[in-house]
Amino acid sequence: MENVSNQQIIDALQGQFGEEAIYGIAESHGILQVTTEVEHIVPMLHFLYQHPVLKFQFLTDLGGIHFPEAKGQELGVIYHLHSLENNVRLWIKIYVPIEKPEVPTVTGLFATANWMEREAFDFYGIIFEGHPNLIRILNVEDMDYHPMRKEYPLEDATRDDKIDELFGR
Amino acid sequence: MSEVALVNNPNVGLDRTPKSGPYVNELTTLNLGPTHPATHGIFQNILTMDGETIVDAEQTVGYIHRAFEKIAERRPFYQITTLTDRMNYCSAPINNMGWHMTVEKLLGIEVPKRAQYIRVIMMELARLADHIICNSILAVDTGALTGFLYVYQWREFIYEIYEELCGARLTTNMGRFGGMERDLSPVAMEKIKKILAELPAALKEFESMVVRNRIFMDRTQNVGAISAERALNYGFTGPNLRAAGVDYDVRSLNPYSSYEDFDFEIPVGTKGDTYDRFLVREEEMWQSLRIIQQAMDNLPEGPYHADAPHYYLPAKQEVYRNMEALIYHFKIVMGEIDAPVGEVYHSVEGGNGELGFYLVSDGGRTPYRLKFRRPGYIYYQAFPEMIKGSTLSDAIVTMSSMNVIAGELDT
Amino acid sequence: MSDAKINIVEAPAGLEGQGFFATSLDSLVGMARANSLWPLPFATSCCGIEFMSTMASHYDIGRFGAERLSFSARQADVLMVMGTIAKKMAPVVKQVYLQMAEPRWVLSVGACACSGGIFDTYSVLQGIDRVIPVDVYVPGCPPRPEQILDGFMQIQELAKNESIRRRNQPEYKALLESYGIE
Repeated sequence: MENVSNQQIIDALQGQFGEEAIYGIAESHGILQVTTEVEHIVPMLHFLYQHPVLKFQFLTDLGGIHFPEAKGQELGVIYHLHSLENNVRLWIKIYVPIEKPEVPTVTGLFATANWMEREAFDFYGIIFEGHPNLIRILNVEDMDYHPMRKEYPLEDATRDDKIDELFGR
Repeated sequence: MSEVALVNNPNVGLDRTPKSGPYVNELTTLNLGPTHPATHGIFQNILTMDGETIVDAEQTVGYIHRAFEKIAERRPFYQITTLTDRMNYCSAPINNMGWHMTVEKLLGIEVPKRAQYIRVIMMELARLADHIICNSILAVDTGALTGFLYVYQWREFIYEIYEELCGARLTTNMGRFGGMERDLSPVAMEKIKKILAELPAALKEFESMVVRNRIFMDRTQNVGAISAERALNYGFTGPNLRAAGVDYDVRSLNPYSSYEDFDFEIPVGTKGDTYDRFLVREEEMWQSLRIIQQAMDNLPEGPYHADAPHYYLPAKQEVYRNMEALIYHFKIVMGEIDAPVGEVYHSVEGGNGELGFYLVSDGGRTPYRLKFRRPGYIYYQAFPEMIKGSTLSDAIVTMSSMNVIAGELDT
Repeated sequence: MSDAKINIVEAPAGLEGQGFFATSLDSLVGMARANSLWPLPFATSCCGIEFMSTMASHYDIGRFGAERLSFSARQADVLMVMGTIAKKMAPVVKQVYLQMAEPRWVLSVGACACSGGIFDTYSVLQGIDRVIPVDVYVPGCPPRPEQILDGFMQIQELAKNESIRRRNQPEYKALLESYGIE
């Protein structure tokens, strides 16, 4: 059934958006990944959705990621697409600076992106412009930070029974 | 309308919406949850009602958010298995083994055939346990408590099989990277044979009580329906998507753990309503039994785990006698073994959909980022759309048939 | 009927004679209370599934006079908190507790409810005893149904041996005071 090769996807994307817009091409256990610019993401998802052969019409997942070391590209969003007809998966990644983490929403194309984007906002503070209801989803509403960013601690700050000495800290 | 037509029209008299007076177009706000007994888990739905019709619904989730993804960034790989149990606790072994397969993909470990077959058996038992609970609770929500009490003892029996393989009932933590922790014992074999021989009768009895039951059919048919297009757009997977008529099943599309060796069918529905979801789950239980039967008949001989000393805990008696085993034991338990750099996505067919693990490893002892694709989280957002225009009691039944698990949803 | 095995609850200690039986009101009320406790299952996660087992045919909590689950907090006697309580959920637990009428007991089932368990994270309440007083703790992750039953029997013991006016005791008032409950 796999009649679409990864090279075909790359060719289609580069033909549409230009060679310089598609980079970071790699393959991981058969799944193609590409990186692109923020301004291309919505047209690209529309293009892949409507493509007569590729038909990437299923958004499997969408998640944020944080690389504090990469200056200017600290926050990332990873789109996991799946073409159910061809049984091909594709990851598209975009990176934005932490000072201005603004990404256009894809809720217009995929209804399922709604909560995924809210989760990425809740965890990483990525602002999805045009999202219908961008508020925290899992954490309490009055939380004042985005806990999945690398600098924030995991542990509950109110515990007083954990003595550092006993844990070798 | 003539008198006869009035008598024959079942909807006459049911519409209690006021047509005149001070309450016309008066909307009521009703808070359902987070501790409502009929929501099976803690979700809050603020419903806007017009009489008994739901006009709008607003969901709040996160009442059991435990920060799994953050914990996963601070724990060695093998300790994350413990977290995966607590995600979808109705079918914990599927979660465990999905995670194990993800890490095996990253590490490049080849799992022997016997271990793969044992995994299939355990995963299908977990699917049985999951669907037993979902379907019998759906029957409870429509007013049939008896079925629950009858089939639940089979869930207890599946727990006993789990105990043979890992010692735990619910949060199993079953298996290891590279295979199973122990082989199927003779007792486990006997119990699996017993379930294959005796569950069909119990299941048939349950079905004969519910499937053609007039009350059950009236309560569930055309309730909470969703079309295939909307379901795909909402990212539905698993039985809920199949009930809408899309035959997407990870087990057949991207087979893992030797699922390609087995002969089974993927049931699909036509309408995507609550009744279809129920029937798809029922049929999946029969298919699970078929798969377990095949796996038992063709269970290959050989080792039950891969030869991967860096990641697979050595046997306890070896640890006491053998220097090398002691070193590996120490390194694994202390989480001192680094994983290779890489990025992996692996998905399995969980109890209620595609359960995915997206793992980014930077070469350290812990994942750099681990994203769980929880099917329940993704499809539960379609709930307001599915219940709009129906009554409150239909909303309860719809939620029950969607099988949203709070622990999985909120991680 | 003759060979049916029916267990009758033991009578409290007292004076017995022909046609009369004298005991203290406390122990009589305690006996009645202990054998008809109505639990309010506050099930949030994994332990809730184990509670389902406890309730179902195999373990059958009905043997202890508790088959009548009271989903209304107003009528419940025992609040059984089963599962992780996130910080978002903590006010809800407290509110449910406040809605219960005296006498009320709290059974905390599972490591998460007792202490936060393995989830020492920013989003999880580190034990429900930070918001409401707890009578009996049942450890385990999750505890087996036998353990939940044992915890329940401990609550029965408490109910049996308490004075009927527990609420008026100064210690009890001080305890509630420390949680900010009137």
